[in-house]
Amino acid sequence: MDFVTGVALNQTVEASNENIVYYTEDLNLWYGQTHALKNINLPIYEKEVTAIIGPSGCGKSTFLKTLNRMVELVQGVQTSGVIHYRERNILDKTFQVEELRTKVGMVFQKPNPFPKSIYDNVAYGPKIHGIKSKKILDQIVEKSLKGAAIWDEVKDRLKENAYSLSGGQQQRLCIARALAIEPDVILMDEPTSALDPKSTLKVEELIQELKKDYSIVIVTHNMQQAARISDRTAFMLNGELIEFKDTDTIFSTPEDKRTEDYITGRFG
Amino acid sequence: MKYMESDQVLKKMNRRILYNNLFKGVFFLATTVGIIVLAILLIQVFTEGIGYINVNFLSGRLSTDPDHAGIMGAILGTLWLMAVVIPITMLLGVCTAIYNELYAKQGKAQSVIQTNIANLAGVPSIVYGILGMTIFVRTLGLGSVVLAGGLTMSLLVLPIVIVSSQEAIRAVPQHLSEASFGLGATKWQTVKNIILPAALPGILTGTILALSRAIGETAPLVVLGIPALLIPFPGGLFDRFTVLPMQIYYWTLDASLVDEYANLASATIIVLLFMLFLLNSTAIIIRNKFQKRY
Repeated sequence: MDFVTGVALNQTVEASNENIVYYTEDLNLWYGQTHALKNINLPIYEKEVTAIIGPSGCGKSTFLKTLNRMVELVQGVQTSGVIHYRERNILDKTFQVEELRTKVGMVFQKPNPFPKSIYDNVAYGPKIHGIKSKKILDQIVEKSLKGAAIWDEVKDRLKENAYSLSGGQQQRLCIARALAIEPDVILMDEPTSALDPKSTLKVEELIQELKKDYSIVIVTHNMQQAARISDRTAFMLNGELIEFKDTDTIFSTPEDKRTEDYITGRFG
Repeated sequence: MKYMESDQVLKKMNRRILYNNLFKGVFFLATTVGIIVLAILLIQVFTEGIGYINVNFLSGRLSTDPDHAGIMGAILGTLWLMAVVIPITMLLGVCTAIYNELYAKQGKAQSVIQTNIANLAGVPSIVYGILGMTIFVRTLGLGSVVLAGGLTMSLLVLPIVIVSSQEAIRAVPQHLSEASFGLGATKWQTVKNIILPAALPGILTGTILALSRAIGETAPLVVLGIPALLIPFPGGLFDRFTVLPMQIYYWTLDASLVDEYANLASATIIVLLFMLFLLNSTAIIIRNKFQKRY
């Protein structure tokens, strides 16, 4: 399987090189003794939504967190291989994580606004990167909140604590916070798993809007969600990338038996 | 076939309820013992001492004559001591806690350090007195002055401040710091903007409680050589001083010589208890007011 997918990928990569934001090459990762990612070769395309699906513990979240090196917050993590991001290897230790995370924003599983005002939540990123002008910050906050489709709901209460918002609003606020640093890529780690169906729908609609300007990688345990919102889907199992295709193909005619079993609900 | 015979269950029901009530009584009794002893102590102290508290007693200088003795010097000494202990323990304690929780690599060396800090909190206070005597009074030649006493007390409460600050930092949910890192913040920016503000109420509470231990400690200061009868008020870091618990100690010691010394000691205890009460109330207010949900 490795051989076949590997060849197929290399061809795709060469064919459309300009449209690729990320390309992982033989990416391996260990948590201590546990081999969590095994030889992952996966391209992420520009201004598309790439969904990563798979059962719990398959390494999909780990993979996502490797893309902005958040995985390094866990002690005892070791990696090998290369992650190309726009021609540069981000696993190279000389690559500053702070720079990387300015280009690659992240939205987490559980809405995690800071215990600050709505305004300060969004302005936090630009502020730590040195923007001091109140006028510019005002503009960034408005633009980001509009970008996350929450401006109308909060424009009159920007000074209120972010915890006064509902869960779904908090998650869109977190997306606005990520947009405020004007990233190139947005990583989303099961962003709707803590939300009710209505809020989920809003976030999904938002993701469709966002892909016009951003490249999005989304980890989801919800296959319907992957089918609804993504352009390409990667299926992972036990730390391996089993199959990676455009979403329609993978859901209609999966090549690998394991992919088929998973998406038809036979396990997971 | 049924395993739960209702006859059998009913037969044992009364005994179970009896035990239930019995143990409730045991726990209540244990609590009462503590409260009664405390009440006796307070009643005795108040009946002996309250009559001796007046303006002259609170603002006057020390004297061997019980009618003219005042504790202003000891109050000022205690305040000076706090003025040294607060900044030193806050600064050293919080920085150490931040390093241990957020920077140090978790490993064997780290866990040895961690265990030792926890153990230091349990070292008898007189040992710190000997340490302070050796280092600050003798080796640095400071003498029995405010600074030497303050540094000694700082060492004594530092482990408590470190441990409670670490707990406060650990209680800040990880997803907050992750959000900050995810936006490209450095560790220091995350510590300064997210972790410390969220941990501050906990840190303050711990520090204040540690402080109330420091102002009640006597043993280390006995070793440092705090004088029994100090008439001038302390006015600076390099002045000789005495503190409230020392005054209580000396008056109790000499109560066999002059009967009224016992009353003066009780009166001083009331003043000290009042200060402790103020400090602990502050800690509780801070804790309740800033308690955050995440």
